[in-house]
Amino acid sequence: MSILNSHYDSGNFFDEMFIDGTAVRPHYRRLGERLGTLPLKDFDHRRAAVDLAFLRRGVTFTVYHDNAGTERIFPFDLIPRIIPNTEWQRIEAGLVQRITALNLFLDDVYHGQKCLKDKIIPPALVLGAKHFRREFMNFTVPRGIYVHICGTDLIRDHAGNYLVLEDNLRCPSGASYMIENRSAMRRAFPNLFHSYGVRPVESYGDDLVKALLHLAPADRDKPSVVLLTPGVFNSAYFEHCFLARQMGIPIVEGRDLVVRDARVYMRTTAGLVPVDVIYRRIDDDFLDPTVFRKDSMLGVPGLVSAYRAGNVALANSIGTGVADDKVIYAYVPQLIKYYLDQDPILPNVNTYLASEPLDRKFILENIEKLVVKSANEAGGYGMLIGPASTKEECEKFRDQVAANPRNFIAQDPIMLSRSPTWCDGALEGRHIDLRPYILYGDKITVTPGGLTRVALRKGSLVVNSSQGGGSKDTWVLQGDE
Amino acid sequence: MAAPKNSAPPLLRPQASVMLSRVAHSLYWMSRYIERAENLARLLDVNLQLMLDFQGFTTTAVEEHWGSILLSSGDEKLFAEHYPHADSRSVTEFFAFDPRNPNSILSSVYSARENARMIRDQISLEMWETINELYLYLHDRTSDEVWATGAAEFFNNIKRSAHLFQGLTAATYSRNEGWEFLQFGRFLERADKTTRILDVKYHILLPNATDVGGAVDTAQWQAVLRSASALEAYRRFYVREILAWKAAEFLIFSDSFPRSLHFCMAEIDDYLRRILGDTGTRPRTEAGRLSRRLLADLQSLTIDDVLQKHGLHEFLVEAQKVLDRIGEEVVQTTMFYPAESELGEQQQQQIQQ
Repeated sequence: MSILNSHYDSGNFFDEMFIDGTAVRPHYRRLGERLGTLPLKDFDHRRAAVDLAFLRRGVTFTVYHDNAGTERIFPFDLIPRIIPNTEWQRIEAGLVQRITALNLFLDDVYHGQKCLKDKIIPPALVLGAKHFRREFMNFTVPRGIYVHICGTDLIRDHAGNYLVLEDNLRCPSGASYMIENRSAMRRAFPNLFHSYGVRPVESYGDDLVKALLHLAPADRDKPSVVLLTPGVFNSAYFEHCFLARQMGIPIVEGRDLVVRDARVYMRTTAGLVPVDVIYRRIDDDFLDPTVFRKDSMLGVPGLVSAYRAGNVALANSIGTGVADDKVIYAYVPQLIKYYLDQDPILPNVNTYLASEPLDRKFILENIEKLVVKSANEAGGYGMLIGPASTKEECEKFRDQVAANPRNFIAQDPIMLSRSPTWCDGALEGRHIDLRPYILYGDKITVTPGGLTRVALRKGSLVVNSSQGGGSKDTWVLQGDE
Repeated sequence: MAAPKNSAPPLLRPQASVMLSRVAHSLYWMSRYIERAENLARLLDVNLQLMLDFQGFTTTAVEEHWGSILLSSGDEKLFAEHYPHADSRSVTEFFAFDPRNPNSILSSVYSARENARMIRDQISLEMWETINELYLYLHDRTSDEVWATGAAEFFNNIKRSAHLFQGLTAATYSRNEGWEFLQFGRFLERADKTTRILDVKYHILLPNATDVGGAVDTAQWQAVLRSASALEAYRRFYVREILAWKAAEFLIFSDSFPRSLHFCMAEIDDYLRRILGDTGTRPRTEAGRLSRRLLADLQSLTIDDVLQKHGLHEFLVEAQKVLDRIGEEVVQTTMFYPAESELGEQQQQQIQQ
């Protein structure tokens, strides 16, 4: 028995692989043929081998609020998500356009604020944004780049159109899983890669270190680049180690660094060694206790002064969070038009702003039909999916929105596209999203692939790992099938 | 051909020349904990087997036997807080599975893995996988299961994993400063454990006991040697029957057996000098002086000196103190960090989008 024998129901959703539950889309044809001849027990065997490999290698993430063993493997589904080349080129162009505009926006926000003067976006929304860093007004970041590493979340609607769900411009994570998933798939289905022409994702580490080196102060001969991690208890610690290893750079904690005369050094067994570029995976708030949160033990006292003096570069820059605020998100299409004079290639999800009186009225009256999100949360926290929630949950959010409108947006629920996913012995449709990774160095690079996250719970639209999500390998093809 | 113009991004500074103090610290402890787990596994394995050979032991004799092992480990107080009697099961429980004992096999392996995780980027994939698998192996087992299926296999697995780890370290880890910390930690731990294994039987070798030969329980001395993996090496060296003082001599003074105190001390002294950069004829550091003095004793004293002048127990305890102080000074001078209890909480709070 092969795994394709089971009955598959596409439901009323856009299915990545099947048209009407039966016909296979051209770019999935070869995968379909392979799965059609793969005995069920072979498939199970490969699945178990992949899970075991993840566990042994410690490819895990840490779950908060969970006392029963804090490390888990990220559930991995063996059915890849496949993107034909033509489709990918459009995605790539859309992402490049978007990150270009967002960088121009950040530069503008921290310098002339032309977009506010020209009334493209209400000043109160920008100046009152939680992650707007007034302290960095008129500060020029190295090479003029604010966002060096970006992970943009894309979804597909019922017609298969790609939409931008959110921009992650602070510390986007998941790139390590993109690479680990690929290596797992290569081991599980080596022959498929031969016949398919899948574009490799392994260049990510090299591209990342190049983008970081691009930021080094000009007079440094061989710059030293480090990855600053919150530490071993952070949920993404595996990723920090993984990326540091891929790049061949040291991973440091705040306590490993020290600032003397506005220069950053790391404490080594042979004394202090200068640091030129820091890929930081800790929030702005914790970077420097002398400037931001005083109780931070993760940061480095004096780091900001060294940054201001131009002696060390940070990726991403301080203050980028203002541009991935979910309220600002609603204005990104206008910002693209304003800065680039182009129409957005990748549209937004239709969004209502609780801060706007008319929108607010609409949200409060229709909350049970909408998806409501808090402006600055990540990881699927602080979110209400109206149609899937109880009356009490809706009421609670209604009160919160009314009390603090600036902090909320609402969106039409999108029927995320589904991909065939192995669930308890049968292939079933599960909702997915896509997070490609964009690097901004001397040029903008979009790694062909990304992290496809899948909501493993039946009917669930939440793909976050902290909320029962898993992942799939993402294949961008050389051609179209 | 001319070198390419400087439009390419600059080269990355190679990492090999730099070792973070925190990394050194973790390498040292990871290595110590693995060695500790292995030594404990062997000690327990040997003594459990010994108990099987002496089924006729009275309860008092059993308790005395395990009591002397507890005493030599220095953990007798902690044990007494949690267990009413010292017998095979309770002592095994305490040394193998009890998370309340910071020196149990379980605690050691967990700590080794925690340290390995902190320096995951610095060690090879093979080293990490070995430690992680050992951790998963322990994590998936309860002591009841181990007891039911036979403890020997369990201890064997611990030992093999530890050996695999040491072998993979030798085969995959570059010989840089990190290597010095790994070896320093390993030999320091091993030296300490050898003194403790020997100390279990010290009361048989009191200074006035020149005629101990007849009174010695050969099986017990065999067990001591086996606890240090030394029985076969001893036999090759002395051939004849096992004599208490010769066993002690072998474990303390052998210059070729890699678990003897002398051998370990020579390694410790060597790595210590390299780590502290203390290479002169007269050491500059306190740790250097202590190490040289103990090494000189081990090179020049005889077993008679130890038994007659010092007393075996006193000699071993003194050696343990010196080892402690050497380890302490290296930690203080090369890798001191304050402990921060709230650190973990803030680490968790950091949003990874």
